[in-house]
Amino acid sequence: MFADWPILSLLIWLPILGGFLVLAAGRDAPHVARRLGLAVAVATFVASLPLWFAFERGTAEMQFQELASWIPAFNVNYHLGVDGISMPLILLTTLITVIVIIAAWESVKDRIAYYMSAMLVMEGLMIGMFAAMDAVLFYVFFEAMLIPMFLVIGIWGGPRRVYATIKFFLYTFLGSVFMLVALIWMYIQSGSFLIQDFHALQIGMTAQILIFLAFFMAFAVKIPMFPVHTWLPDAHVEAPTGGSVILAAIMLKIGGYGFLRFSLPITPDASAVLDTLMIVLSLIAIVYIGLVALIQSDMKKLIAYSSIAHMGFVTLGFFLAFYIYSNTGDWEGASLGIAGGMVQMISHGFISAAMFLAVGVLYDRLHSRQISDYGGVVNTMPWFAAFFVLFAMANTGLPGTSGFVGEFMVILAAFKADFWIAFLAATTLILAAGYTLWLVKRVIFGAVANDNVAGLSDMNRREFFLMGVLAFFTLLLGVWPAPLLDVMNATIDHLVAHIAQSKL
Amino acid sequence: MTFEIPNFLPAVPEMFVLGMACLILVIDAFLPDSRRDITYGLVQATLVAAAGLTLWMMGPETVLTFSDSFIKDPMADILKVAVYVTSFLVFLYARPYLMERGIHKGEFYILGLFAVLGMMIMISGHNLLTLYLGLELLSLSSYALVAFWRDNTRATEAAMKYFVLGALASGLLLYGMSMIYGMTGSLDIAVIAAELVAADETLNIPLVFGLVFLVVAIAFKLGAVPFHMWVPDVYDGAPTAVTLFIATAPKIAAFAFLMRLLVEGMGPMHADWQGMFVILAVLSLAVGNVIAIAQTSIKRMLAYSTIAHVGFVFMGILAGTDSGYASAMFYVIVYAITAAGGFGMIVFLSRKGFEADQIDDFKGLAKRNPWFAFIMLLLMFSMAGVPPTVGFYAKLAVIQAAVGADLVWLAVVAVIFSIIGAFYYLRVVKMMFFDDPQEDAKEPIQPSGAFATALSINGLAVLLLGIFPGLLLSVTHYAIMG
Repeated sequence: MFADWPILSLLIWLPILGGFLVLAAGRDAPHVARRLGLAVAVATFVASLPLWFAFERGTAEMQFQELASWIPAFNVNYHLGVDGISMPLILLTTLITVIVIIAAWESVKDRIAYYMSAMLVMEGLMIGMFAAMDAVLFYVFFEAMLIPMFLVIGIWGGPRRVYATIKFFLYTFLGSVFMLVALIWMYIQSGSFLIQDFHALQIGMTAQILIFLAFFMAFAVKIPMFPVHTWLPDAHVEAPTGGSVILAAIMLKIGGYGFLRFSLPITPDASAVLDTLMIVLSLIAIVYIGLVALIQSDMKKLIAYSSIAHMGFVTLGFFLAFYIYSNTGDWEGASLGIAGGMVQMISHGFISAAMFLAVGVLYDRLHSRQISDYGGVVNTMPWFAAFFVLFAMANTGLPGTSGFVGEFMVILAAFKADFWIAFLAATTLILAAGYTLWLVKRVIFGAVANDNVAGLSDMNRREFFLMGVLAFFTLLLGVWPAPLLDVMNATIDHLVAHIAQSKL
Repeated sequence: MTFEIPNFLPAVPEMFVLGMACLILVIDAFLPDSRRDITYGLVQATLVAAAGLTLWMMGPETVLTFSDSFIKDPMADILKVAVYVTSFLVFLYARPYLMERGIHKGEFYILGLFAVLGMMIMISGHNLLTLYLGLELLSLSSYALVAFWRDNTRATEAAMKYFVLGALASGLLLYGMSMIYGMTGSLDIAVIAAELVAADETLNIPLVFGLVFLVVAIAFKLGAVPFHMWVPDVYDGAPTAVTLFIATAPKIAAFAFLMRLLVEGMGPMHADWQGMFVILAVLSLAVGNVIAIAQTSIKRMLAYSTIAHVGFVFMGILAGTDSGYASAMFYVIVYAITAAGGFGMIVFLSRKGFEADQIDDFKGLAKRNPWFAFIMLLLMFSMAGVPPTVGFYAKLAVIQAAVGADLVWLAVVAVIFSIIGAFYYLRVVKMMFFDDPQEDAKEPIQPSGAFATALSINGLAVLLLGIFPGLLLSVTHYAIMG
């Protein structure tokens, strides 16, 4: 019954307009801003549920499509639709936004209406980006979301926030403008900005490689891959808790989404040629960044590096496809790798959000992110410690948590490609265990380190609720990933069948 | 010799503006200083009425009159409307600035109106001499406007520079025109184009020679590198109200001038001037964007930003396709609207004895007046070309034109420099939102009435045109392609 409703437009514009409403109504009334912001976020989340329930499994077709003419001079349309790849990411976005709004309830004190409004506008823009079927529309949302994020980090961030936010903006802007040139080039070739028309385009090898590199610039910066990851630790450390959560849980996924939506299907031959490069960069991210994470003394920075390492798994899963094919001659393993990467993205959305929230909980109390300022937190905050340990376990990929499913699938696919790739990828289990459990040991366990820790109070009901929701999803996805895989399977099979065809 | 009465109808808006300008000149002479608002009101009414006339007479057909020296076509109509709108905004923004400084004189508006008339003639010129006369009417009015705050030494100095360099450019232009005339035997744009198609190879060298002078003069007037030296000095030295004027509407007229002269007249020599424009475009993008970073004065920063924008306009033109010209036209109109808002914001911040021409003066604006900080944010992101503001579509359009003309490398160069450019626009946003106000400027600012409304509409237009860019893009495509 929902298939004909303009659900996607609703999901985009409700939070954007709601965000401006919050700004107008709540400027001088913080409690109004909080409640209205929460109401809009919850309404958007509820409105996004039909996507999950009415989504037709077993087809790779774009669903819930909407089409209206937008810029006739360039044949650009307001064309929306979702498939098995974008739909789960949209749901993740609406859920995480509710969590971020609640998390800001007391911890953001300065200009709360602006904060709520920026978060809501960003939500609408991110949903629009995931739902866009037109390349210009995609690009507009892709870039526009930089503006609210720029302000969020710059206004509510830490001491070096200005440096971090300008670095964040310029880095991502730098990546994306080359993609714009590539998109325009393909428009000249195909006469349309529809992404699916780009998929059907026959492109020569040189052009494919250049286009691949243009997309690589955009998405590798966003996800981020080694060596263009350096903006992320800065942005994460300086961003307020909510900004970090949005960045880690959703914005990083945009890079992965872009690889699946653009790079692989538009330039399969270039991807096949350059897959070694991508695999090597992914492995560097997994191993080297894992080692870098070990030595961090700032909790947020540690989690930021851990995010980069986990995203290495995502890109590894995506680009293993060609390697597996050339080794084994079948595309089965390719689907496994891509599905694994997708599961990893969703799972990381929950786990990283929870980890950053946990740091936020501590930071709200002691205003420090340094590991050395803590120790023995379990004695004063037992509930918090329980959650923290759970999410730390999930971060290391313990079976039964969502972190395990994606990593297991990718490692399984890696075995089909090459033993050594699988071996290196599997070191992450050790490294992640190393940095995460060491973090737990130093922060949570041991004797009470100082008077500040002794004076800590455990989580309040609001924080408990946030952690509980995320823990629920982490465990649900860990023990029962089948519904999520069901949704994605048809789309991923279709994608793999598509990239199996040479476009030369 | 027979004398035919020419068809006056296509030139009715020009005649109306001329008549009104003369009338207001006389009326103004009899007004006491306290009643200058009558002059202001009459000038604004003239612009509105002229816009009404132009819109009413708008039609798809091309009409030539006055022995083919005057043309009325869709492009002329649309560009004229754009000139009226930006001039209207400029006069509106200028008024509080002039009043606070005690220089609220009728001359400002009357010279402005004559400049508008010059622009209209540039837009509708179809003969080398008509085009030249239009340009000179605009230029002479502009020199006088820059110098019009006569007690201000910096303005006087700027006017001198502007005049000397502008006169040089006019001389170059005339020299180039004379060579083209010598080779083709006509001043008529259409005849020149026909002669060029028929011309044999041996004429090529003198023609290219003449072409170079035309291109140099145009580059001078638009402020493209390496003929840009006057731009920062004049923008900075002129009173903000005047900077506001010379930075906006004349760019639209200069675009029309370029279209008439190079595309319609010298169009058959496209292959020759394309290369020159590639060099001008790349240099303008590079110098404009890089040097803007080092500026501490917001007026100088916007001046260098203008230079960079001119590079983008050239990218659309040098593609040599209808869609490229339409993109350049879109870019120029978008630029004029955005720049009007940007300089309007400087007027907004300034008060008597305080020019607010330093970037630091924007510090903490979000605390002093969050709404106008938001407006400035929109304007800055539009100049940087970040969606969803209209500046993005302008860049999209010209890059699309360049890629369509197989100049992918030029598109890549342009986007690289637009990233560099993004930095200094971001810095203004940073000052407004992340920094605290300066010690001597902490109190909130509450602008009044019409000025605040217009500036708000101007800023929101940048956003709304960005969310619905289809209409304006269709209009510019219609203007070029019919």
